[in-house]
Amino acid sequence: MVEEAFKSIFDSPELQLKAQVNNLNFYYGGTAHVLKNVNLAIAENQVTALIGPSGCGKTTLLRCFNRMHDLYPGNRYEGEILLDSSINILDRQVDPIEVRMRISMVFQRPNPFPKSIYENVAYGLRVRGEQRQSVMDEKVEQALRLAALWDEVKDRLREPAYNLSGGQQQRLCIARALATDPEMILFDEPTSALDPIATASIEELMSHLKKHVTILIVTHSLQQAARLSDYTAFMFLGELVEFNKTITLFNQPLSKQTEDYISGRFG
Amino acid sequence: MTTENLPELRANIDRRKLLSAIFAIVGLLSILVGLIVILALVIQLGIRGVPRLSWQFFTSFPSSNPEEAGILSAWVGSFLVMLVTTAFAVPLGVAAGIYLEEYARKDWLSALIEINVTNLAGVPSIVYGLLALGFFSHVLNLGESILTAGLTLALLILPVVIVTTREALRAIPGSLREAAYAVGASKWQMIQDHVLPYSAGSILTGVIIGLSRAIGETAPLVTIGALTFIAFLPDSPFKAEFPFLSFEWLKAPFTVMPIQMFNWVSRPEPEFQVNAAAAGIVLIAMTLMMNGLAIYLRYRFRKGIKW
Amino acid sequence: MTEHSLQLSSPSQLYQKKRLRDLKEQAIQFLLLLAACSSVATTIAIMWVLISESVGLFQHVSPWEFLTGTEWAPLFEPPAYGILPLVCGTLVTSAVALAVAIPLGTIAALYLTEFASPQLREAVKPILELLAGIPTVVFGYFALLFVTPLLQKVIPDLPGFNMLSPGIVMGIMITPLISSISEDAMRAVPVELREGSYATGATRLQTAWKVVFPAAISGISASYILGISRAVGETMIVAIAAGLQPIMTLNPLESAATITTYIVQVSLGDTPHGTPEYQTIFAAGLTLVIITLIFNIIGYFLSRRYRERY
Repeated sequence: MVEEAFKSIFDSPELQLKAQVNNLNFYYGGTAHVLKNVNLAIAENQVTALIGPSGCGKTTLLRCFNRMHDLYPGNRYEGEILLDSSINILDRQVDPIEVRMRISMVFQRPNPFPKSIYENVAYGLRVRGEQRQSVMDEKVEQALRLAALWDEVKDRLREPAYNLSGGQQQRLCIARALATDPEMILFDEPTSALDPIATASIEELMSHLKKHVTILIVTHSLQQAARLSDYTAFMFLGELVEFNKTITLFNQPLSKQTEDYISGRFG
Repeated sequence: MTTENLPELRANIDRRKLLSAIFAIVGLLSILVGLIVILALVIQLGIRGVPRLSWQFFTSFPSSNPEEAGILSAWVGSFLVMLVTTAFAVPLGVAAGIYLEEYARKDWLSALIEINVTNLAGVPSIVYGLLALGFFSHVLNLGESILTAGLTLALLILPVVIVTTREALRAIPGSLREAAYAVGASKWQMIQDHVLPYSAGSILTGVIIGLSRAIGETAPLVTIGALTFIAFLPDSPFKAEFPFLSFEWLKAPFTVMPIQMFNWVSRPEPEFQVNAAAAGIVLIAMTLMMNGLAIYLRYRFRKGIKW
Repeated sequence: MTEHSLQLSSPSQLYQKKRLRDLKEQAIQFLLLLAACSSVATTIAIMWVLISESVGLFQHVSPWEFLTGTEWAPLFEPPAYGILPLVCGTLVTSAVALAVAIPLGTIAALYLTEFASPQLREAVKPILELLAGIPTVVFGYFALLFVTPLLQKVIPDLPGFNMLSPGIVMGIMITPLISSISEDAMRAVPVELREGSYATGATRLQTAWKVVFPAAISGISASYILGISRAVGETMIVAIAAGLQPIMTLNPLESAATITTYIVQVSLGDTPHGTPEYQTIFAAGLTLVIITLIFNIIGYFLSRRYRERY
């Protein structure tokens, strides 16, 4: 049904559907109903942005995609998120660890581990038991190159990650997410803790990355959504108000709420 | 990543989750070890000692005949020593805590005091016993008395009282201090009228924990020869004639509960070990009651106060 | 304040009031400072007593003999003053204690912070605190009359006094100390690091062991050092259950005296003030303080080396 509803939006014939959210409801601690009947479709190798005023549920929705809510007791999902039109990642039978290995995440503030640069990137590989040093070296280099960090750190891979600047740390976290070849990466306001120059470099990086992975990004900056994304979803009070091609949503919003928000009348 | 290697991926996850589950069991077991030890200890003491707990046991002096021996001089001694300890440790520790938290500037002196308090907390308790023997007992000529013992244990728990006082004071929000200043209070008035009353509960908790440690301490009192065979009680602090109070008891020789127990444990006769078990029950009951009270008070105060 | 009372206090009266108040404030501050200095005075008194009495001993005994001699028999004729047997006893009992307490305490802390439900955590904490509050003389009784007989069923040759049993009991006594300090350190690790680890597909164990444990290593190593200090200085458990014979051995199955038990043993006898035997217990105490000081310095540098930086 989601395919039907969004057919007009995904008009290009090459576009594949990567994930689709069907009637998703989410409750914090069992009672607070923070996502209400959300429907959304994510196109493969595209950037989809979630925008909306703070508290609208955009980060909550993002964290459903890799079951981060499972870490805390009492949280409850209803509905489904289908990956590749086949597996519902919210299904209790589905292992959250498997989901997280396929769908990686980059957080609001850079959160490198207190380890060396190399070990940070290699972490995901070590976690799944990779032993071969050559494979590890190769994957680490590949991830750091993809994250546009290789040239800056290749001579000091053994240094602590905390010696890097904030922007470099965030690119390191992106490299960490990339090292395990995920199918999709979730970005939770990845530039909100960074200065404008670092922000620009992360944004440039993301526009390259979409060739390799599907990107879902939560952002508080409308300009960032407009610059980066191919599709945008506007959320308000836990509901998905409008979803469209970014150009369309910003230029001809259908709903009054969307228009008010993007023209800066609230939020 | 492609979906072809999904089975491999799932096998990998299952392996890792199994390890995680095994660790969870090991973790639970390692916590159970502590619980089992407490249980074993209490049961072991209980089986041997409970039959020995009688009115006679509490009201008799030690004796070479195990059936006639009791803990009268020991519990009276423990009580009097704790009085002295409280009288010195509480004012000294709370005052030091107030100074360090409210007055101390960031200079070498306060840094020295702070490092010193931390280090004192790590000094083995028997070393305090050597201090008592070499300094209180011989240099200050206080002898092997209740006063020496009380002072020694006061110094021993001083770091605990200082640290908990500081933590209690730190928990009082700065806005409250500013509010007191804003109506014209001086610094000491602010502390006396606001900071101290509001933190009194937490300080009390710390004092009780310190005292419960002091009451079980044996080593620092062994060195000052806390005699284990004391068949008399110290002078009463109350007199019929003027000035009605007497401090002669401070100079009296004494024994305390843990030393009495140590003495009985070290005897080979099983009858004395029964006495030791009974004394152990009384000792554990005293410390557990004090600790339990402290835990309860902390819970109460944490719940009651919302800043 | 009314017009009337304002007139009553002339500027000079007000000034006098202020001076009086300032004087009182300064006096209070001085008294509080004195109280704070009492802790420094305690340290000075401890060091003075230990050093001055030890110096007395070292006029009879060369410090070299004291530090390297392998026989400790100050009460015999001819006396021997080699502290090494006592140091060995202390190190063996402490090593046994740490072999029990470090794994148990660390695993318990990892379990409580990363695996246990909040309810379990809240229930377990007071129990562990109670365990830490039991008087050591009771633990000594437990080691001698419960653990040793139990161990003798497994190791039939075990003597009634041995270092293994008090070492194990000491370890269990220290476990709550290590686990509660380690737990605090692990709890201070920011949740972002945990989420970062889970987001790459790590299990609980992998997050706990590969991210939380290394991130908290400074606080955890501080807890180990504290545990070592406690074990080295512990007196009553070993005095009751390890025996009083100063025997030079590294075998925990044997009986041997520690530094602390020697002090207890001399104190129980009637040793006159000023004799070399009297002075030996202060020299032994000084050795004990120096050993704990060395561990504390190691701990200080360890925690500086691995300071948390999140």
